[in-house]
Amino acid sequence: MNGNVFELDAVSYRYQDKVALDALTLHIRRGDRVALLGANGSGKSTLLRLLDALYFPSAGVLKAFGEPMSEAALADDAVNFAFRRRVGLVFQNPDVQIFNPTVFDEVAFGPLQLGWPKAQILEQVDAMLERFAIGYLKDRAPHRLSGGEKKRVALASVLIMAPEVVLLDEPTASLDPESQSEVIRFLVESRNTGRTVVTATHDLDIVEDIADHVIVLADGKVAGEGKPGEILEDVDLLRRTRLAHAHWHRHADGEMHAHLHSHRHHHDHHDGPERPRLITGKK
Amino acid sequence: MCAPSPVVGRHRQSRRRFADRFADDLTRALARAFDAEATSAQRGLLQGLDPRFKLVSMLSLILCAVLAQSLTLLAGLFLLAVALATLSGISPARLGQQVWLAVLIFTGVIALPSIVIVPGEPVWQVPWLHWTVTLQGLRSATFLIGRAETSATFALLLVLTTPWMHVLKAMRALGVPVVVVAILGMTHRYIFVLLQTAMQMFEARRSRIMAPMDGAQRRSLVMAAAGMLLAKSFQLSSEVHLAMVSRGYRGEVHLLHDFHARWRDWCVLLVALSLPAAILWSQR
Repeated sequence: MNGNVFELDAVSYRYQDKVALDALTLHIRRGDRVALLGANGSGKSTLLRLLDALYFPSAGVLKAFGEPMSEAALADDAVNFAFRRRVGLVFQNPDVQIFNPTVFDEVAFGPLQLGWPKAQILEQVDAMLERFAIGYLKDRAPHRLSGGEKKRVALASVLIMAPEVVLLDEPTASLDPESQSEVIRFLVESRNTGRTVVTATHDLDIVEDIADHVIVLADGKVAGEGKPGEILEDVDLLRRTRLAHAHWHRHADGEMHAHLHSHRHHHDHHDGPERPRLITGKK
Repeated sequence: MCAPSPVVGRHRQSRRRFADRFADDLTRALARAFDAEATSAQRGLLQGLDPRFKLVSMLSLILCAVLAQSLTLLAGLFLLAVALATLSGISPARLGQQVWLAVLIFTGVIALPSIVIVPGEPVWQVPWLHWTVTLQGLRSATFLIGRAETSATFALLLVLTTPWMHVLKAMRALGVPVVVVAILGMTHRYIFVLLQTAMQMFEARRSRIMAPMDGAQRRSLVMAAAGMLLAKSFQLSSEVHLAMVSRGYRGEVHLLHDFHARWRDWCVLLVALSLPAAILWSQR
């Protein structure tokens, strides 16, 4: 087997008449921290579901760990469990991922399905609750948790299986700043674990922290690929893929203006002749 | 400032009543579902039984209610259900609210015609309509309602005193096919998804209803909401299923703690299984 965890060769996926992924060819190497960037509807979530073998390609070949993935292959219990043990997906909406009566049951769900010994499950669940500082929520019903707590439970419930590959769908979406920091901290720390982490996001602010490689998707195709610094400097690419965002700020005279520029752009506050376009009184 | 006209006031009140009532109903349904989980976790007679034995015993008691051909026996079974509920920390008031009233209404609608249709000894004549209520008709209606109330009470006791996952595992242990158990398990989860989605949708709609609504508008709102709700719930349910599959779910129920039968489980089972046999023997 080569060093690739996933290999996609001309993979397409359609939802009835809508093409979500269009002849996608890409490789994800073992130990890579990859960010999938793309605007809403670009195919990020669909790609993650394909990588987690929840969907299967309508056309093309998808290999995971060197083996072609298909519905027939995953129908075998041994193959299925081996794959589920190695790949974990954290869904964007934690509410769909949390369905057990208590937080403890939720974190124990995956290991139970995979048939771990019960003593090991008890030990690992406690360790995982402690790691994510959610031990105090152990007996709490998931629907009574805050958004940040739910996200931590969702992460713990996937990471307890110690997967080699973690797929995360918009992990910081709808989180308060503190919860966002916690999720980012986990992603930053994963740099030293040798684990493959694929994060779908459109939050450019976190890309450099969470990824060593960036794949930009647009309309189900790879629109660009490279190191985070290169991608974030490529204004044309970001604009084409609807990822460029204008920075707004207010000057002392109360007027606001916007700058559309590369993500890492810095500019001085100024009142000279090169002052950017002014937009008064509206954001 | 002008006071609102009585008509507008009435409309507004009606709109508020409709919106509030709907939201309250949804909240109450969710609260009941969560209460059931809490009740199954508290200490009590039925909570302490092995779920496999409890499931068989409750089915056996329901069979007794169906087989009973004496109102005294039916009343005895009903009182047994109430006693079991009380010893398990479930008050008769709660049973009345959650099962008796609903069953009475639904079964009552079906049973009501029988009191005048079934021929027999006249008891009373309905004024103006001149329909005759017969003793045999009353008896058959009472049987129908009594059996339904008693059976539903035993079934509710099982659900209220046993975590749903334990009920499913008990079913698997008793040989119920995995596909049936998986469907029941997913149905339970989807009901929660449906209720939560309905609540969110209705809250969002309520915040945007500005003008008074008449009956037709309210009906239209409910119909549109029902359609949207189904579509949204279907999508969410699929997501829930994918999230389960992603973590290795294959339809089988796995629990951290195994069931362990003790002597009292065997005693309860023996009594519960003897009852229908005794009823059948006594009614030979």
